[in-house]
Amino acid sequence: MDNKKTRTSKVKIKYRRSEVISGYLFILPSLIIFVTFMIIPIFMGLYISLTDYDGFKTMNFIGLKNYADMFKDSYFQVSFKNNILYTLFTVPGTLILSLLLAVAVNKGIKGSPVFKTVFFFPYITSMVAVGIIWTLLFNPTVGPINSFLKSVGISNPPGWLLSTKSALPAVMIVTIWKWAGYYMIIFLAGLQGIPKQLYEASEVDGASGITRFFHITLPLLSPTTFLILILLIINSFQVFDLINIMTEGGPGRATNVLVYRIYQEGFKYMHFGYASAEAYFLFAIILIITGIQFWGQKKWVVY
Amino acid sequence: MDNVTENMKTGRKIRRELSNIILFAVLLLVAFIMVVPFVWMISASFKNNNEIFLYPIRWIPNPIRLKNYVAVWTEIPFLKYFTNTLIYSVIVTAGQIFTCSLAAYAFSKLRFPGRDAIFMVYLATMMVPWHAIMIPQFMINKSLGLYNKPGAIIVMNLVSAFGIFLLRQFMMGIPDDLCEAGRIDGCSEFSNFSKIMFPLCGPGVATLTVFEFTFMWNDYLAPMIYLDDDRYKTIQLGLAGFRSLYKTDYGLIMAGTVCSLIPILVIYCAAQKYLIEGVAFSGLKG
Repeated sequence: MDNKKTRTSKVKIKYRRSEVISGYLFILPSLIIFVTFMIIPIFMGLYISLTDYDGFKTMNFIGLKNYADMFKDSYFQVSFKNNILYTLFTVPGTLILSLLLAVAVNKGIKGSPVFKTVFFFPYITSMVAVGIIWTLLFNPTVGPINSFLKSVGISNPPGWLLSTKSALPAVMIVTIWKWAGYYMIIFLAGLQGIPKQLYEASEVDGASGITRFFHITLPLLSPTTFLILILLIINSFQVFDLINIMTEGGPGRATNVLVYRIYQEGFKYMHFGYASAEAYFLFAIILIITGIQFWGQKKWVVY
Repeated sequence: MDNVTENMKTGRKIRRELSNIILFAVLLLVAFIMVVPFVWMISASFKNNNEIFLYPIRWIPNPIRLKNYVAVWTEIPFLKYFTNTLIYSVIVTAGQIFTCSLAAYAFSKLRFPGRDAIFMVYLATMMVPWHAIMIPQFMINKSLGLYNKPGAIIVMNLVSAFGIFLLRQFMMGIPDDLCEAGRIDGCSEFSNFSKIMFPLCGPGVATLTVFEFTFMWNDYLAPMIYLDDDRYKTIQLGLAGFRSLYKTDYGLIMAGTVCSLIPILVIYCAAQKYLIEGVAFSGLKG
């Protein structure tokens, strides 16, 4: 952000020839790749979404037909609804768990570094591996989770991934389990920024741990919390790997989500035009959330 | 008076001790939930199919059977997937270190027209969800003749906005005087970069390395879209394919999963510090 300052201050920058030439040369490799694989696709995707392209025949411009079809498509509606449900549960779930873990680990009780290491580990493992393991754990007839539930007296445990009712919750559980440690690390970075004196002063005043949490930690952590909230929402709209490994969108359509739908339409049925419209819908959602972040950072957050 | 405050003090001390014990117990429970799937996986990988789902769970297999591991490395082209992924990851990581550090140097130490605007565009690409552009990206890769070639997942990953941002931030912390001194000595910008700045970026480069390596190792959707040919498949594709092939041979599947996690575990043990720094850094970008 300090770049802006140098630009707005009225000092006219005198460029050195050698710096200018090497400057452009140095960014050239990254620029070529960005333009080819990021910037052109952004515009190309918008155009394809306005055509009936299917990978074989010539593209015909059909205006907004794909978008109109999309909103009428019950399959799309279901996947959007599932995605919203997934967001509504995994975002607060992960946020609260990671915050509590960070506060607990930050207290510096015995074994904190070990706990931190253990909580963070699921994050770097692959979604494929995690999905495979949890699919076995969730096996409704012989899996360890249901064996455990039966042993503690729940005679009719859920069918997990095989039941339309519990498949999405099962995927949500794995999501929270996998990401909690990651956001805990970001929260911990935020907690380091809170001055220790504040806690010491409040302790002198006799404030309890809970009071301190609500009156010092939470307000001063709000920039971090807000950022994490945004990151979580954005990520929740991009869930794919777990769904593909654990349920393939099923049973029926019970766990079909936006990216899974885009993948199916685009790469299974080669409906590139239609899938691009869905992809642009996703893009719009994420753009709006990012916009809220830029705007909200200034407004809602107590610094 | 003194007695009362003394009592209050010891009371508070006891309360704190007690709450610490409760906290410790809760953390222990969470830690158990975080680890237990992996422990179960390892345990199952040494078992026969009929032993895996016995309840109560026998955590330490008896006897310890190695046949699943033998099968993973001999009967299935697992080694092929393993080396493929290793090669892709190394090329992409090395490529990113090169492109990102060059760009980071330009954005932090050189002045040229349009620098800040271009940097803003780079930053903005970080907000673009990959899934939203995967279709046009696929078409571009295809028209470049990269479909079903390792190049598809290598070339497009040769740069990352995260890497540029990370290294730029790192270089901004290094005094400009060092570059000025180099310039006065008649160094070219490239030797300034390669001889003075780059060697000072060790920790930043280390963070980028562990991140990119784990990203490439764990990536699933892009390899799935691009690599059809068994010769080129990555470990995650291999693992997923191998699970759908040996559907109910659970011990074998678990052994494969264990093997796929080994490099990640090595990185985690060796470079956890850099991973944590990178994650904390991504939290600061707001």
